[in-house]
Amino acid sequence: MKTEVIKAKARKIFYSNEMVGYVFAFPFIFGFICFSLIPIITSLRYAFTDFSMGNKTIELVGFANFKQLLGDEIFLKSLGITLKYVFISVPLKLIFALLVAFVLTRKTKMQVLYRSLYYVPSLVGGSIAVALVWKQLFARKGLFNSVLADMGLGTINWFGDQKLALYPLILMSVWQFGSSMIIFAAGLKEISPTYYEAARIDGANTFQSFVNITLPCLSPIILYNLVMQTIQAFMSFTQAFVITAGGPDNGTMMYALYVYNQAFKYNHMGYACAMSWFMLIVMCIITLVIFKTSKSWVFTESGD
Amino acid sequence: MKTKKIALKTIYHILVITFGFVMIYPVLWMISGSFKDNSEILRGSLSLIPSEWKFSNYPTGWKGFSKISFARFFFNSFFITALSTFGTVISSSLVAYSLSRIKYRGRRLWFTCMLATMMLPGQVIMIPSFLIWYRLGLANSYVPLIFPYFCGQAFFIYQMMQFMSGIPKELDEAATIDGCSKYTIYSHIILPLLKPAIVTTVIIQFYWKWDDYMGPLLYLSKPSSYTVSLAIKMFADAASTTDYGAMFAMSTLSLLPVFLIFLFFNKYLVEGIGTSGLKG
Repeated sequence: MKTEVIKAKARKIFYSNEMVGYVFAFPFIFGFICFSLIPIITSLRYAFTDFSMGNKTIELVGFANFKQLLGDEIFLKSLGITLKYVFISVPLKLIFALLVAFVLTRKTKMQVLYRSLYYVPSLVGGSIAVALVWKQLFARKGLFNSVLADMGLGTINWFGDQKLALYPLILMSVWQFGSSMIIFAAGLKEISPTYYEAARIDGANTFQSFVNITLPCLSPIILYNLVMQTIQAFMSFTQAFVITAGGPDNGTMMYALYVYNQAFKYNHMGYACAMSWFMLIVMCIITLVIFKTSKSWVFTESGD
Repeated sequence: MKTKKIALKTIYHILVITFGFVMIYPVLWMISGSFKDNSEILRGSLSLIPSEWKFSNYPTGWKGFSKISFARFFFNSFFITALSTFGTVISSSLVAYSLSRIKYRGRRLWFTCMLATMMLPGQVIMIPSFLIWYRLGLANSYVPLIFPYFCGQAFFIYQMMQFMSGIPKELDEAATIDGCSKYTIYSHIILPLLKPAIVTTVIIQFYWKWDDYMGPLLYLSKPSSYTVSLAIKMFADAASTTDYGAMFAMSTLSLLPVFLIFLFFNKYLVEGIGTSGLKG
């Protein structure tokens, strides 16, 4: 008798919403705590220590790591380079993505093929294979220089000049505009054709309807792409690691690459954690600024 | 009037195709490079047709290095990619079901945490995560590359939630009346209907894991456990002169699965990215 009561109770608990909810959410909760929360807190704690691997004692050093950051020339340089990379590559990428998506809205039998064609760089761009190709394209005797030479212009030593070395990397990022393009294309499909018709009757040309209809209607998607691409550009690592290894003269020392070097090359774990946290704060500020300013340019249907 | 229209249309197609060709030129150049002699690649030849076809790049590259062939590296990559993709699909669908279909205390909190992890840059937690795995004695294994994927991936959870919001709630209610529990609703109703979202998840996650370089770089130190990306990088790092022909041959092979999937599942991919947004 009693066991049956317990069984019934257990059944009730097992099938209750609370139980079911937590059973299904368990993988995420476990992962969130173990692989996001604990690491991020540990990282903050290490940022105030001189921790390095194989070190038995960990000493609290207060804000020494952060003070050291401000005097670290390579750090300041890498910060500047990363900001330059983000501010040039992200807008260019989005402009290309939007223009190509707009051009490809024209309904033809070839539309799917064209979209796939322009998506290919995004598809393969993250791979090591393409990074190595890029390195070869911009090499001293690479393909880019032979085009320049054929046109009668002199060759350029792309990866030999610290002022120029960043541009091939920026170009590579812009080249991969495919996924932003597809998101824009999906957004363009949602814009009601009646808007364009009304504008045409009012005598607007393509450019005018693009500025006055397409851009405002797409603004929420532009915001989404802007935030996502900015975060991604800040974290850019593989390209610089593979193509230039940060050189020449730290001219392409991307932030994430410098963090990696400090942590795994020089074993300055505490210092590297301080750097990661600094990056997180910078990114939060930039994302926040984007969101704040977005109120003035993102158009919502409910309107003000 | 009609000829003008046709002319404009032709110009449109020519422009789009020309620019598209420029876009994929580097990829085509790599594929053609896999059939070229080393010296021809180093000369910076623009041509996509090798002056002399050299098929031996493939067997040469396949041999790999220090007696480990690319068969091994491909197997390693497939193993890691397959397991982590499987984990992502299972765990993300479970979590998405919990967050979108079941009402319980704390749901909003977990949903917010999920969104936060989506925006959290991986590099920030890279070092402490590594140290945690190191302390557990697992830093030199596949576990850190696979296990976290069994805990749900925020991006895919969100995508599946979007998809689930399109599945009518009446189905759940009807099933409840028929005596289904919340558990069987998941396995018998939601999961089968989720198929399109699952296909998209499989494709995208496959791409990300297949191309992943940083993870294997951090956690794999034994050459026999290397993935294809790490192995290809070994060509470039070789102490002697790089064999570009062989390197491009293996690079081409490494992109083959990516292209094949794209060819067959193009529609799913484009729709999936379009509806939910894709980073990368």
